[in-house]
Amino acid sequence: MKLSIERATLLKAVSQAQSVVERRNTIPILANVLIEASGDHASFRATDLDIEVVDRVTAMVERAGASTVSAVTLHEIVRKLPDGALVTLTDDGASGRLTVEAGRSNFSLTTLPKEDFPVMATSEYTSNFTASAMTLRRLFDKSKFAISTEETRYYLNGVYMHVAEGDGGQKLRCVATDGHRLARIDADLPTDAGDMPGVIVPRKTVGEMRKLLDDDDAQIAVSVSEAKVRFATPNVTLISKVIDGTFPDYTRVIPSGNTRKLEVDATEFAKAVDRVATVSSERSRAVKLALDEDRLVLSVNAPDSGAAEEELAVAYGDEKLEIGFNAKYLLEIASQVDRENAVFLFNTSGDPTLMREGNDTSAIYVVMPMRV
Amino acid sequence: MPAFCRDCLTTFETAPRRCTACGRPRIAAHPELFSLSIAHMDCDAFYASVEKRDNPELASKPVIIGGGRRGVVSTACYVARVRGVKSAMPMFQALKLCPEAVVVRPRMEEYVKASAAIRKMMQELTPAIEPLSLDEAFLDMTGTTALHGAPPAVMLARLVKRMKEELGLTGSIGLSHNKFLAKVASDLDKPRGFSVIGKAETNQFLTDKPIGLIWGVGAVAQGALDKAGIRTFADLLRWERQDLTARFGSMGDRLWHLARGEDRRQVSAHAPVKSISNETTFFEDTSDADVLDGHIWRLAEKVSDRAKARDLAGRVVTLKLKRKDHSALSRRLSLREATQIADRIYRTARDLFDQSGPQGPYRLIGVGLSDLVRAEESDLTGDLLDPKASTRAKAERATDTIRAKFGKDAIVRGRSLR
Repeated sequence: MKLSIERATLLKAVSQAQSVVERRNTIPILANVLIEASGDHASFRATDLDIEVVDRVTAMVERAGASTVSAVTLHEIVRKLPDGALVTLTDDGASGRLTVEAGRSNFSLTTLPKEDFPVMATSEYTSNFTASAMTLRRLFDKSKFAISTEETRYYLNGVYMHVAEGDGGQKLRCVATDGHRLARIDADLPTDAGDMPGVIVPRKTVGEMRKLLDDDDAQIAVSVSEAKVRFATPNVTLISKVIDGTFPDYTRVIPSGNTRKLEVDATEFAKAVDRVATVSSERSRAVKLALDEDRLVLSVNAPDSGAAEEELAVAYGDEKLEIGFNAKYLLEIASQVDRENAVFLFNTSGDPTLMREGNDTSAIYVVMPMRV
Repeated sequence: MPAFCRDCLTTFETAPRRCTACGRPRIAAHPELFSLSIAHMDCDAFYASVEKRDNPELASKPVIIGGGRRGVVSTACYVARVRGVKSAMPMFQALKLCPEAVVVRPRMEEYVKASAAIRKMMQELTPAIEPLSLDEAFLDMTGTTALHGAPPAVMLARLVKRMKEELGLTGSIGLSHNKFLAKVASDLDKPRGFSVIGKAETNQFLTDKPIGLIWGVGAVAQGALDKAGIRTFADLLRWERQDLTARFGSMGDRLWHLARGEDRRQVSAHAPVKSISNETTFFEDTSDADVLDGHIWRLAEKVSDRAKARDLAGRVVTLKLKRKDHSALSRRLSLREATQIADRIYRTARDLFDQSGPQGPYRLIGVGLSDLVRAEESDLTGDLLDPKASTRAKAERATDTIRAKFGKDAIVRGRSLR
């Protein structure tokens, strides 16, 4: 195999590959990227056995073939090469080495047999549809902060992507929760997505997939089966297993009878929360919200470090209420609001609180209060 | 050389061979005897001594305290120790060495009572007491001579004398200038010992001693040190400070100081608790999920009770399992919020158990709570996905109140009967 690629193109492909491979693994081949060259293309394939990413780039192929080398090492080398360099990769097929040449730099990397590289089995997808990068970006960006890291509830370690009845008909919906907060984001249902099975997309896949969504105008081909999900741009294909588990019935969790309504400028609110939380205890991060007649008083009282208080002008016309939250959770949901005011709907100080942007119900957040 | 009689507490400028006041020979003498003030008191075969005291028939017999035929020796009396029985030895092995030994099940309540009585006597000597367990403690007696009208050495001898007279229990005293050496000293002539390691003799005393003498240097650490050619304190002294630190991390630095007989740790009355755990060894190995579940609940409840009693809560729940061949596995989970609720600890431990896979049968199971915080920082946020959790927590608090009033068995969970 012998091919030449422009450094920037190579860097992009290899950097995606090295982020997929597991840093610590017992199977050496899994640390490698499989490079295949033919025609006027080269593809870079990496896997951790749960996720597989294939990046296809244009290359000058002198001799078709394939080779595998350490993804991390190759990435490090390419990263350090000067911008604009033309990189030549050569594997003579006999020496067990891949040479990397650029200008006066010359590297020789040990390879592993390409036959050992595990290629993810192709599978039948029950549903294929197209969604814009912008739509997917919104669905996952706004929900991923609520993904749980608790391993015993492994079925919460991802975003539940499914079809659900929302405002104005069927929606493509993403839900994530860790038991303390929950995000439910809706988007218009893409054509042909109606019969999609609900799948839990793992945290790592969400992160890797996000790299395909930077281009606003890109259309992403999405394929879903009970066991796998596939996201593809014309150049990059990402296939991932989904979490084998049942996502809990989140609809029970979303409060419908909360009547006390607070409307506040999300940016001002977040800044104030952040300020008073400076003195809150490292572990609990508790902030108290006291609401009364268009007035919100945020306060923190931490016996070890001190106290803080800040008042905000808000729209609130219901009964007095005092309720506590983890400042981190408030900041996370407040930062999801980007156009209008944040609307909070409370019940009592012990019940889950709902937050949305203005009257938009296509993105709602639920957060559990904290005893203060 | 200053000296005093350990029986009648008469002090002398120069040590007589026998006490001139009472005629007995137990004279303590040491150049620094009346200036040293850090002490370690260690009861002699504590559990066994309590048993012998309460059942005089056992007095001359070898007595082993431990649980059942599956258990290990928790304490052996000196009669049994002569036969080679040691603490932590499996019971079957101990009984092979000493077949006529009387095995007594531990009566923790009695030991706790005796320990509290000793603690009370120690508190009359100094407020700076650091208990290491029920039967041993460090005492810092610095600056108490004027108060008691007698130097620490004499007051400590008086303490063990009172323990013998009023409680029928004996102890050994180690007196030195820091905790490390005080602990080493108390072990030098057990039982009923009184040993002094002075500043002047420290280096000479340590030089040929094995480094296993250091509390906390166990078999694993000894192995690592052995590889570096360090077996005695003399070996340790040959190492530069930075080399020790580079090779052994923070332990290396500690070793460097200890090699020179230096230990700056304070005797602290409130040594922080780092974890709370309980475990149980079964009479028969079991892989019965129901039986194990019952144990997990009871252990979780014990851990929770202890956490509640100390006003503590923990963020990390640990499940420990030991198989027939003594291979152990330990699983831990960090909660997002600390808890002291038995229900929460149980459910977490149960999840960990379910995920450990079918690897039984097991001989031991344990539940622990660590990364401890004050109780007021725990169980603050409810669980969206388990709305009944807060109801169960409330029920548990109510149960606690009932038990505090009417006794531990006034109300129990059905689960705990399994």
